[in-house]
Amino acid sequence: MSEHEYIPKSKVGKWFNDRLPLLTLANHLTDYPTPKNLNYWWTFGGILTFCLITQIVTGLVLAMHYIAHADMAFGSVEHIMRDVNYGWLIRYIHANGASMFFLAVYIHIFRSLFYGSYKSPREIIWIIGIIIYLLMMAAAFLGYVLPWGQMSFWGATVITNLFSAIPLVGEGIVTWLWGGYSVDNPTLTRFFTLHYLIPFLILGLVVLHIWALHVPGNNNPIGIDVKKPSKDTVPFHPYIVIKDGFALLMFMIVFAFFVFYTPNILGHADNYIEANPLVTPAHIVPEWYLLPFYAILRSVPDKLLGVIAMLSAILILAALPWLDTSKIRSAVFRPLYKQFYWILVADVLILGYVGAMPAEGLYLLIARIATAYYFLHFLVVLPILGFKERTTPVPLSITEPILGGSPNLATVKNKDSFKG
Amino acid sequence: MTENKTKRRDFLFTATYAVGAVGAAAVVWPMIDQMNPDASVKALASTEVDVSSVDPGKTITVLWRGKPVFIRRRTQDEIAEAKSVDIEKLKHPEKDEDRAKNPEWLVMLGVCTHLGCVPLDQKGDYNGWFCPCHGSHYDISGRIRKGPAPTNMEIPEYKFVDANTIKIG
Repeated sequence: MSEHEYIPKSKVGKWFNDRLPLLTLANHLTDYPTPKNLNYWWTFGGILTFCLITQIVTGLVLAMHYIAHADMAFGSVEHIMRDVNYGWLIRYIHANGASMFFLAVYIHIFRSLFYGSYKSPREIIWIIGIIIYLLMMAAAFLGYVLPWGQMSFWGATVITNLFSAIPLVGEGIVTWLWGGYSVDNPTLTRFFTLHYLIPFLILGLVVLHIWALHVPGNNNPIGIDVKKPSKDTVPFHPYIVIKDGFALLMFMIVFAFFVFYTPNILGHADNYIEANPLVTPAHIVPEWYLLPFYAILRSVPDKLLGVIAMLSAILILAALPWLDTSKIRSAVFRPLYKQFYWILVADVLILGYVGAMPAEGLYLLIARIATAYYFLHFLVVLPILGFKERTTPVPLSITEPILGGSPNLATVKNKDSFKG
Repeated sequence: MTENKTKRRDFLFTATYAVGAVGAAAVVWPMIDQMNPDASVKALASTEVDVSSVDPGKTITVLWRGKPVFIRRRTQDEIAEAKSVDIEKLKHPEKDEDRAKNPEWLVMLGVCTHLGCVPLDQKGDYNGWFCPCHGSHYDISGRIRKGPAPTNMEIPEYKFVDANTIKIG
């Protein structure tokens, strides 16, 4: 696991470690050499772990009071809010926690995009991350159905109906998902079961995500291979632990602001109306974190193609390590990519905005242009950029720009490509 | 000699995998099929509706299999309008006669064929229904005229038990 053999100091520790090397693992995690130039964008991995644990703990507690039945679910959520001791706090943490989780994951993903963290040799870390992201969306959707309000019910109806776009078997799949001829009690009970399962699947994948990360080690803001351990690295503990801890505190302030001052701002008032299968709310809008994909779905006038476009928008990310042909990881040394990166950020924000607006007139036009550009970025711009772009010189090590010379010339592959 | 033995082995392996696959499928299928509609859900498959109080130009909505069913008593103008449409130009060509056996009564599933929302009555560009979710417009025969929905709103199986009672399902 690490280069040096770890031997516990105490006799008991040694006895235990010979039988189950947990202490070796703990030692690996504390000593783990980390690039010394990691900035605060790198603290979101730790923040995301915190978010996952928070959702699991608060979710476990909520499940002690929630009743997964079409006639009682809505009432049981109100019971949690009004009767259960601190129920309001736990539910608001869980509901806003989902939004905080997505906020952090989007920053985490866009950090990867900027610094090229998805590139060789970190493709597997990236793909596991995309699977985690997909599972997060599934968990968020399933969880949103559980309070059995109007948005829960109609959100569930619209999303499950996406499967009806599949030719021939689509209708059968939708009936199977529902366990009936519409979203009803059988749907609710199975959604609750799956909502309970998915966080543990995510937890397992997070372990793999970190394991895969610890093989090559962290990428860093200048995106070069770092010799470990060396002058370019610091041990994870205490350096990164303290930095992550401080960032987490800042994040928790934002989190607490939402929970205590404006706990419903990210939700929809319609979800405080009990589900009614006869009336669809005038504006069905998903939660903010799904809006860009919702905009893509609506921008295509054909049902099946709309669904395909929406799924492709997510799955295309898995192919990113091969679509981006540039050898240089960090956007710091890629003057053109840096600009396209910010255009993509703006594009996704625009998609999110039009996703919340009615799908007509100018909004629809903007959504179509933004959708086209989204795919253009990944399928055309990135592959071409790798060949056409003149990159700026990359330092040979993290310390080189300050100290001069390079302590680890040997680790730099392909020296010619760095000369621009 | 050795060649023969290898072949024997190959056969045994293949046979074992095949039996294993059948066994796995036999175990997996009940796990999948348990999610399909159960006997109690299927038992609620039909419903009878008294329509004597519905005036011309009004729609009532009833629940059938957990889904809304629109029952509209159409006016003479509406019937004329529904019949006058050139069906060649429709996305999903269907004659009004095929959709409403008794032209005065339109009985259809009030479910948008796009993603399953309930369209709003007497809204939209074609004087019929409008789905607020993704903007599908239906005419007074429930046919899709504009928007992302692929087909007309579905007509369930129904019959008039007597002059004032419709049995759906």
